[in-house]
Amino acid sequence: MKLKKSTINNLISYGVVIVAFIVCQAMISSGAMSRSLKGQMVPICVYIVMAISLNLVVGISGELSLGHAGFMSIGAFSAIIGAAWLRAALGIENEILLLVLSMIVGGAFAGIFGVLIGIPVLRLRGDYLAIVTLAFGEIIRNVLNCLYFSLEGSRLHVSFNNPSIPGTILLNGPNGAKDVAKIATFPVGFVLILFTLFVVMNLVNSRSGRAIMASRDNRIAAEAMGINVTKYKMMAFVTAAVLAGMAGALYGLNFSTVAASKFKFDTSILVLVFVVLGGIGNIWGSIIAATLLTVLPELLRAFADYRMLVYAIVLILVMLATNNPFIRSLFDRLIHRGRSAQTQRGGAAE
Amino acid sequence: MSETRAKSLLKVDDIHVYYGSIHAIKGISFEVNEGEIVTLIGANGAGKSTTLNTVSGLLRPRSGLISFEGKSIVGIGASKVVGLGMALCPEGRRVFQQMTVRENLEMGGFSRPGEEIPQSLENVFTRFPRLKEREKQVAGTLSGGEQQMLAMGRALMSKPKLLMLDEPSMGLAPILVEQIFDIIKELHASGTTILLVEQNAQMALSVADRAYVLGTGKITISGPAEAVLADDRVRAAYLGG
Repeated sequence: MKLKKSTINNLISYGVVIVAFIVCQAMISSGAMSRSLKGQMVPICVYIVMAISLNLVVGISGELSLGHAGFMSIGAFSAIIGAAWLRAALGIENEILLLVLSMIVGGAFAGIFGVLIGIPVLRLRGDYLAIVTLAFGEIIRNVLNCLYFSLEGSRLHVSFNNPSIPGTILLNGPNGAKDVAKIATFPVGFVLILFTLFVVMNLVNSRSGRAIMASRDNRIAAEAMGINVTKYKMMAFVTAAVLAGMAGALYGLNFSTVAASKFKFDTSILVLVFVVLGGIGNIWGSIIAATLLTVLPELLRAFADYRMLVYAIVLILVMLATNNPFIRSLFDRLIHRGRSAQTQRGGAAE
Repeated sequence: MSETRAKSLLKVDDIHVYYGSIHAIKGISFEVNEGEIVTLIGANGAGKSTTLNTVSGLLRPRSGLISFEGKSIVGIGASKVVGLGMALCPEGRRVFQQMTVRENLEMGGFSRPGEEIPQSLENVFTRFPRLKEREKQVAGTLSGGEQQMLAMGRALMSKPKLLMLDEPSMGLAPILVEQIFDIIKELHASGTTILLVEQNAQMALSVADRAYVLGTGKITISGPAEAVLADDRVRAAYLGG
């Protein structure tokens, strides 16, 4: 019965996303959507995936990660280089196939870095993950600023701090990647969202997902139950890194020029804001917050300069509100009612 | 029954445990035989919980041997220790606050194959009918006594050969303490071996077969529970004269 309930919830979630996609597609093809908003569709998909995946780390496994943009940038640049190489070496011209393969490349590289960071850090207790991921995001950006990649025939050349390499330059140090094939499309972004939802929801409802949440709730008790806490925290962290890498790949292949400076600390914080505003651990909240906060600055272009300021204020207000006993008891009551209604429904179904 | 050549289940030999540079456990040795209740008593900070956490693999001894059913378990990690048949019911209960009673119990059976869980759940609910009533309630909203029952039930879900209880009476009203000790006696009667760490020396000694008294990282007195209970030093230090 329990399994069924979560399956139904999942199907409803996919349904809502599919309906939203159909509405957006209809608006695009009927011309009801403004040009600037149309240009925002792929970034919205990217940020939704970023927010859901970060929520897996922050909300479900309870670790603070401040370098999610780092995984995004690894995904973006490895996908850009991967796409160019795949086209040159294997002669893949089909754009959708190329995009999907590049996204797999981006996800794989981000996942490798996720493992490298997770192995030392997730063994420790405390806020070390926040410290290390914060540094990781900055280090990756600075390293990418010094990296040069070029393609000569089907051979890749790499150099560090030395722009004179043979062939066509793919990644030009601080100037980033230029003349990127813009192969990212909204439908692929939509499929990536569905894929992300599928992965995250199935993980959360699985035995491993419960182990991840138990480790979050009480590490010592979880260990005493025979749960290998490090392993399950790694599982959440690496899954999130792979998804962020795939989102980054989609993002990178959506613009003709991409520089590492696009994936600054601000971007990590922006994604964290989506997660916090949407409610930590609440996947739908992340989706809604990511959509609204990506669209709003476009609509309120005149206030774009104040965006970070407004975010800061909103964050503080949210924190104040969630610590206010009155508002908390109000929420508790709402959640409680939801829960008891659920059990009643469950009882009726039996 | 425990005196007659019982099989040794857990053997701890001269372990030393450090927190950084602090020498917390200075060479403790003890043994738990099959079917016994053994208690470790002692004042605050004597190292009782540290000893239990070391045995269960949450902490690693710097030196010394720990063996369970004749096999060394030093350094294999808490998650593997459970699979061998030792369950820790940690100090301060530590239930998963945001999960329901049922989910908590299911987590307790994490190390067991999934098809065993329904039967184990049934056994725990039979022993703790109160938990059955609260099955779908979120664990954080349970009373202290109920949380203690939940923590014990959760530990039993792994079908342990040795159940380690860390301060089960902590923070409970006297009537609840008696209930918890009644449950401990019942568990013992149904064949579970128990290693009990307690500050409430009177209660612990009244149910135990043997006892070890810890004082700042060392065992100072040991022997059958009645003998320890009668010991003048124990009476003076832990039982209020």
